[in-house]
Amino acid sequence: MTEYIIVIMAAILTNNFVLVQFLGICPFLGVSKKLDSAFGMSCAVIFVMLIATAATWPIQTYILDPKGLGYLQTIVFILVIAALVQLVEITMKKYMPPLHKALGVFLPLITTNCAVLGVCVNNITDGYGFLKSMLSSLGAGLGFMLAMVLFAGVRGRIENNDFLPSFKGIPSTLIAASIVALSFMGFGGVIDGIFGM
Amino acid sequence: MENKQSKLSILTRGIIKENPVLVLILGTCPTLATTTGAINGLGMGVSTMVVLICSNIIISLLKNIIPDKVRIPCYIVVIATFVTIVQLMLKAFLPELDSALGLYIPLIVVNCIILGRAEMFASKNSVVDSALDGIGMGLGFTLALFFMGAARELLGAGTLFGITLTANIIEPMAVLKLAPGGFFVFGILVAIVNKLTNGKASKNAENGCMKCACSSVCGHVGGCTPTCEEELLQAIEDAKVADEINMDEEGGAL
Repeated sequence: MTEYIIVIMAAILTNNFVLVQFLGICPFLGVSKKLDSAFGMSCAVIFVMLIATAATWPIQTYILDPKGLGYLQTIVFILVIAALVQLVEITMKKYMPPLHKALGVFLPLITTNCAVLGVCVNNITDGYGFLKSMLSSLGAGLGFMLAMVLFAGVRGRIENNDFLPSFKGIPSTLIAASIVALSFMGFGGVIDGIFGM
Repeated sequence: MENKQSKLSILTRGIIKENPVLVLILGTCPTLATTTGAINGLGMGVSTMVVLICSNIIISLLKNIIPDKVRIPCYIVVIATFVTIVQLMLKAFLPELDSALGLYIPLIVVNCIILGRAEMFASKNSVVDSALDGIGMGLGFTLALFFMGAARELLGAGTLFGITLTANIIEPMAVLKLAPGGFFVFGILVAIVNKLTNGKASKNAENGCMKCACSSVCGHVGGCTPTCEEELLQAIEDAKVADEINMDEEGGAL
């Protein structure tokens, strides 16, 4: 049990996808201007990460590995994720219109998001089982959400400040992100500390 | 628009004027993640450049065969093929670099620069022009990553290519090699480029690609493509309508 909690906590805090591993920076910088869109985007990312892991892990374990086709991983994963996102979007539009209204705008953007492919590849490289993979994806998604929501708050505060002209816009945002990332470094030993490893 | 761009301008454009990283703010993930040292930055840059040139050439050759509706998946297959080739080559010949870059090698597939150039340039231009565009954009990407890697290595560890340069006179700021330092150095670099180009980078990011919902599949310079923009406007309109409906419902409930 502790093992599973560690996987989730590590993915959220110490190995935060955005602020420590630099995955999914485009939406992190692009969609974090408003809290509600940041939240919507994060929900969509969590959702896609979970279904992508649920699809890619069995493909790798039961199809690619036994046939010695491990080298096709990149091609197969990206195509499966892209097709899956399309399929989910269409299904959602037909059968779950409220959910589609909330997440639909963000879904096509996520297809080529490196965080989603990253988490699928990572789960395989780390040799996780199916349950652990799903939990690590959930943790990665929650970590993404935490970073997005925190950063949306930070951006709201710095947006109207008086910067040097050349620091306006992206540079000031990046430096703010650097300070948020610095705060996440504080979580460094927290997992080891709590679980006494 | 320009009927006949000169070959030289296609080649040099990506290096300075439309540098994909520092001016267009594309491909931020590998830029931040792999620039902990000059060698890693250079390795990532060259790997991406190889994929970019090869995929540009192939997509330009296939531009009349690929049906318009399924073009993005086709581009992704072409790109993923070359990424796999590069990945296997690195594993075989440069295992150290491969383990240093790790996860970020397969992630070249989702680098917005490559798909963006395929969509915006290679699918519309001749093979030679596309190859030149790939070389130019690839060089721009490599140079940006190299400079950032060198700056972070020099300030963060006092070394360059693993050779100690500061002779331990200056205490290196280790934090610059870690995650926060990546954001910080990138921010400063973009600010410098901004200063030199009179705010072009920020303008691009604010008005062009960052704002656009399709930025991940687009690399268009100076605003969005018409289809992209239409889709985005439609999406915003839909979201507004949805908001209004929500608000009405909330109002009714109150």
